[in-house]
Amino acid sequence: MPTDEPLASSPSSAGTPGPARRRPGESHARAWHGTGWGFVVKLVIMAAINAVGLAIVWSAYVEGSWGILAGTLALTVAANWVYFSKRSLPSKYLFPGLAFLLIFQLFTMAYTFNVAMTNYGTGHNSTQEQAVDALLIQNERAVEGAETYPLTVLQRDGEIGFALLADGQVLVGDAETALAAEPQATVDGDSVTAVPGWDVVDRATLLGDQSLQQQVLDLRVPVSDDSDDGSIRTREGTRGTVYQSTLDWDPQADTLTDTETGVVYVARDDGRFVADDGSALPVGWQVYVGFDNFVRGFTDTNYAGPFWRITAWTFAFAILTVATSFLMGLWMAVVFNDARIRGRKVMRMLFILPYAFPAFLSALLWRGMLNANPDYGIINNLFFFGARIEWLSDPWLAKLAIILVNLWLSFPYWFLVCTGALQSLPNDVLEAARIDGASRWRTWTTITPPLLLISTAPLIIAAFAFNFNNFTIIYMLTEGRPRFTDTSAVLGHTDILITMIYQISGVAGGRADYGLASALSIIVFLVVGVISAFAFRRTRKLEEIL
Amino acid sequence: MATTTQAAPARVAARPAPGRRRRWLVDVAWKYPVAILLVFYAAFPLAYVLSAAVASSGTLTGSTELFRSVSTANVTALGETQFWRWMANTLIIAGSTAVGSVLMGAAAAYAFSRFRFTGRRGGLTALLIIQMFPQMLAFISIFLLLLALGNVVPVLGLNSKLALICVYLGGALGTNTFLMYGFFNTIPREIDEAAKIDGATHAQTYWTIIVRLVTPILAVVALLSFVGPFGDFILARIILTSERNWTLAVGMYAWVSDQLNANWGLFAAGAVIASLPILALFLFLQKYIVGGLTAGSVKG
Repeated sequence: MPTDEPLASSPSSAGTPGPARRRPGESHARAWHGTGWGFVVKLVIMAAINAVGLAIVWSAYVEGSWGILAGTLALTVAANWVYFSKRSLPSKYLFPGLAFLLIFQLFTMAYTFNVAMTNYGTGHNSTQEQAVDALLIQNERAVEGAETYPLTVLQRDGEIGFALLADGQVLVGDAETALAAEPQATVDGDSVTAVPGWDVVDRATLLGDQSLQQQVLDLRVPVSDDSDDGSIRTREGTRGTVYQSTLDWDPQADTLTDTETGVVYVARDDGRFVADDGSALPVGWQVYVGFDNFVRGFTDTNYAGPFWRITAWTFAFAILTVATSFLMGLWMAVVFNDARIRGRKVMRMLFILPYAFPAFLSALLWRGMLNANPDYGIINNLFFFGARIEWLSDPWLAKLAIILVNLWLSFPYWFLVCTGALQSLPNDVLEAARIDGASRWRTWTTITPPLLLISTAPLIIAAFAFNFNNFTIIYMLTEGRPRFTDTSAVLGHTDILITMIYQISGVAGGRADYGLASALSIIVFLVVGVISAFAFRRTRKLEEIL
Repeated sequence: MATTTQAAPARVAARPAPGRRRRWLVDVAWKYPVAILLVFYAAFPLAYVLSAAVASSGTLTGSTELFRSVSTANVTALGETQFWRWMANTLIIAGSTAVGSVLMGAAAAYAFSRFRFTGRRGGLTALLIIQMFPQMLAFISIFLLLLALGNVVPVLGLNSKLALICVYLGGALGTNTFLMYGFFNTIPREIDEAAKIDGATHAQTYWTIIVRLVTPILAVVALLSFVGPFGDFILARIILTSERNWTLAVGMYAWVSDQLNANWGLFAAGAVIASLPILALFLFLQKYIVGGLTAGSVKG
């Protein structure tokens, strides 16, 4: 970013205060005067950043993660340019924040759109090639009547391999290299005792090491370079058997054939192998499905019904929550903004206690207090004479409870805001109204609210947008319960859109559907965007901000 | 503390003339019982959780007598759980996020406030728009991004506190720049210029003069950026997978989410301890927060 700010190019001194000794026009970043400690510190920090950047680039190269490699490289180069160039004073201040913003907000937002266009999720999380591999491995069976061979487990730099004794010959191989004869190995009876380049793992070590055992059970050593020959696997670490997949992969025709039943599974555009009878293999791959996910949100029988009810409740929840707490806060501000009341500061401190109590703790606490059993729930016990009121398991009462708890949580905020706004109302306007003979009632109804709304309207819109996605209160209080009875999806009457997305996404466990969840996220993005655009127009009017 | 300053006008209004006295009854007197009711509404749940925290039984009982028994059993029992580790995790994560957000937000606000460069107006508008989209909504791609990053740099992958801090810092610029930008604009530019004439470098002007003048807004932003991660559930739940790395929100949710094994005694004790630092900060910084709130930040 070039600058026309005189500050940037003016010859002022660098490092320590004193007469300017730097050549005019040279960046103070590259200058060395006096002790120049600031420059040393910067050099050390930049060296560290470059070291970390290069390390990440290297391991991304090793892993083949080209996106991460490119991103890290770009950021590292940008950091060096920003901090060693004389032309970019403002970006020196902006760079750190922008770097985080780019990676963890802008990129993730864009990536959400990308994921929404795919069928990414459980059963569809890799390329077709990887899906075929996974299917071939999953369907491996010991070959009928195949011979078993004495087997010895080998170890080398954390990798394991097998040594096999077949026809008096020792064959050695590991996950990547197929079995090959190793004439220099020494044999004692049925077991291999030494293999050049490998350590032989004895039985005692194998039995004593759980993770090694698992590695051995998972290891497949290809019999030859042709994958159709199958691979050697072992069940107990001493005998190896040839396993072959019951599926046969034909890359030309893009089909998998079950060699036992003869069923042909054809690769389809939706990322699955499907047979003529409609049955599909369990592992698919990731493909772009366009706007299918958006359509599915509205049409899938599992989601369509709940989706509309949840959307309606989300709006109802956000509107009611903001309306009730704003009105209560405003009313309190009006009532207690009275100089004749004593102890107003103490009162204010007590009123805002719920606001100062962390929201997630409040929600969990209310969940306990609203327990239907009066032996445990103090609300029923104390205020409803021990009646058993199902606050959290009746659809309507649960909604009411959420609104009331959120009212408790947020009225102090509006009380503070409205008190502040009332106190900053222009006195001359109110005075003019009084001189003109307006009654107090008239002043309250026609003059104060419009003035008050000027400063609070943007906050009301912001609060609405916030509550629209108020995950914590819903999840902590009810987790969306009570559950809908007419769908198999894990959704309930008090779910709002964000908790619905959380449930569908499966990021916290269970079946994942990243594509559908991302598509729903985008719908919520759009709703929030429309609300925000409205707020933005209002904020634009406060021109001093920009 | 407050009564002394308020007493003088109140007394003047309260005393003279019978007509005024009646007026006082109508206008003011009823507000005290209302205030008591409201204080009860606001404070009852908190008094209740405090009572449950020091009770000897391990449940949230529906007792009508608060503070019937006082024991430290629940608090001591916290020592046998991961509570203190979660507390430390939460403080580390929220503290680092607060410090990082203040440093990055203040630097950005300073740049926008003091320099005139191409893309300044566009940058401000872009930030204004970005801040309206909650980062939380992109939790799926954050999860997938960390999954991929973890293969390359394990320390930035899932189950890493550093990764979670980085995610929170991703939202630092969007949410805080405007709050600070307005405040920076109120500091006269003549101060910078005087410092420059006296031979101060950019870094010296920024660190020793500007940053000290804007301390109040830094305090507010620090508090708000601390409270956010402190109470965040969704990102912490997704990213921190092992119990040792959990934050308070994730851990204490796990304590009470299971209807049958809910441990309310521990929860109550933990809730009181966990809320004390934030409660103290809020009451201490009350007057700054009101200014900060009206400048645009929200809590539900």
